[in-house]
Amino acid sequence: MKLARPAPGERPGKALTGIAGFDDITAGGLPRGRTTLLLGGPGSGKTIFAAQFLVQGAQHSKEPGIFVAFEEAPARIVRNMSAFGWKLAQLQRKRLFFLDARPMPELIQSGSFDLSGMLAALALKARQMRARRIVFDALDIVLALLPDAASKRREVYRLHEWLLQHELTGLITAKNGGDEATSSGLQQFDFMQFMVDCAVILNHRVDQGVSQRNLRVQKYRGSSFSEDESPFVIGSNGFDVAIARTLGRKDAPISLERVTSGVARLDTMLGGGYYRGASILITGFPGTAKTTLSGAFAEAACKRGERTMFVSFDSDGSEVMRNLTSVGIQLSRFEKSGVLRMISARTITGSAETLLVRIKSLARAHQARCLVIDPVSTLSKAGNELTAHGVAERLIDWSKADGITLVCTSLLDEMSNHATGGTPLQISTIADTWLHLSYLVQAGERNRGMSIIKSRGTAHSNQVRELILSKSGVTLADIYTAGGEVLMGTLRWEKESAQRVADEVAQVASQLRRVNLDAEEAVLDVRVKSLQTKLMAKQVEKSLLDRTNDSRQRALSRGRTRLRELRGADIPAPVGK
Amino acid sequence: MIRRRTFTFRLYVADQTQNSVQAQANLTAFCREYLRDCHTIEVVDVLRQPQRALDDGIFMTPTLVVLAPAPIRRIVGTLSQPLTLLQTLKLETEAA
Repeated sequence: MKLARPAPGERPGKALTGIAGFDDITAGGLPRGRTTLLLGGPGSGKTIFAAQFLVQGAQHSKEPGIFVAFEEAPARIVRNMSAFGWKLAQLQRKRLFFLDARPMPELIQSGSFDLSGMLAALALKARQMRARRIVFDALDIVLALLPDAASKRREVYRLHEWLLQHELTGLITAKNGGDEATSSGLQQFDFMQFMVDCAVILNHRVDQGVSQRNLRVQKYRGSSFSEDESPFVIGSNGFDVAIARTLGRKDAPISLERVTSGVARLDTMLGGGYYRGASILITGFPGTAKTTLSGAFAEAACKRGERTMFVSFDSDGSEVMRNLTSVGIQLSRFEKSGVLRMISARTITGSAETLLVRIKSLARAHQARCLVIDPVSTLSKAGNELTAHGVAERLIDWSKADGITLVCTSLLDEMSNHATGGTPLQISTIADTWLHLSYLVQAGERNRGMSIIKSRGTAHSNQVRELILSKSGVTLADIYTAGGEVLMGTLRWEKESAQRVADEVAQVASQLRRVNLDAEEAVLDVRVKSLQTKLMAKQVEKSLLDRTNDSRQRALSRGRTRLRELRGADIPAPVGK
Repeated sequence: MIRRRTFTFRLYVADQTQNSVQAQANLTAFCREYLRDCHTIEVVDVLRQPQRALDDGIFMTPTLVVLAPAPIRRIVGTLSQPLTLLQTLKLETEAA
């Protein structure tokens, strides 16, 4: 058998199962050319798992397969599996063969028997259709007919040898009670578990009325695998195994792009808005406007033309839209245009895992880039306490991987410890941005306060802001701190008014002072001018005086000389000696 | 034997495996004792003729198919209890 081209994700030595998550857990699927044992209780999904494995082979991996049905009629299996959208009827022509190996009810048994006949027939069929994969569904049915443990064991060995010899990737399913039976020693196929190269156990239990399915790889020779129980759901496309982040997985590309929160001042507080692809958690007590904040985000996203999905657990989508209209958030037009998808998830019941899978498939169908889940704390309702944390983690992980900006709100119980501020889901630690909304009851008023508890990778304000909802929208206002007390609402308004009046008074006073000073300056100016005039007059007077003195002196000396001449004096005058 | 009806058997075996050899021996012994001269046995080795096993829907070996008299019945196993065979062929009263 020559493979034209391996299917995407195909690894050497592994056969892809096409089961979301399982191929990740086992690093590529089931061991190629070897045998895998799939154990589980009734209704745990063994047949679906097996069928999906064959469908993947026939449809995508170019590996035709054979389904040996010991329990269910092939026609019924085909019909049941068509619900998952698998085209078994088409595949059956060439690439998929169902062998009806049910022991007939009228079958008479006398003594021991073996499966050589079936294996001979299968070997022929496998050669004819070049089968690479084979499933033995409900092997326990035929083993139960064998009289003793030794012959059971013999047939299992025979089957195992046959599979190895024909190099078929085999999957044997058998009923047991899941993990519980293993621990209590009731395991009837324990020797099979030792023999096969890979063993997978499906568990199905009900906690407080909520069905929880788990899958665990018990062993896998020659391969690394995730050893923990992984929750799974049987969704509309078959199996969907939830996987936690594995170490080897690549991170999603990180974006530096900011998206607006829908509230301008909040963007400023966050240094420009949320990061694209970030997960934002909004916590708060009932009525603290969590939905409104997330609605503002959704509206802003829709305005940018980004496909957005709003999952509401509390009320119907139309109700949410009507309520948001009262604060100026108009979503209905976006829903009409198809950009926004409102999901009323109030009626969806089931485990947290189921909800996550539903949300994921809906978001994929809508190609959502922004997602609002209001409130995410619904996941941890009765029966899901243990799994909800893991589900919430995977929700964030998934949205990051898909580059979806996720806003989820979380209800805080009024009774819960305010000091820790922790959410029941503990997702506050993994969310990128955590906004907390609270009430401040003061002077007969209840006002909303908003603060950023954390915002990774962004400089953000440490201030508590008052969140104000009005017809025109959502705004934030600075709060007043006075004497160690925080003021909001009317008190803040009063304080603001008082401040305004005080400002005005101060302004008038300063204007008045300036006018006075101007006047004084003018007076001084005038005085300076008159003094200058006086000074000039004095200076003129002084120079005049000097001149008069000089001329008098000159006149006097001239007069004396003249007198001497007149007197005929022979003695030279002593003057000028 | 009182009855002169003919019993037609087809025994599917898997070569010389222990169960198949036993079944063949048991059937021969049974016929010699209860159905002397009024039976035919066809032995099909599914390892040599796997297509027949596939076509006839034989998955457990050995399988004995009683083709006649009608209705067609199948008996799986080594045929180690003659009583089961007698009951199946509705011969238990005659044998007693």
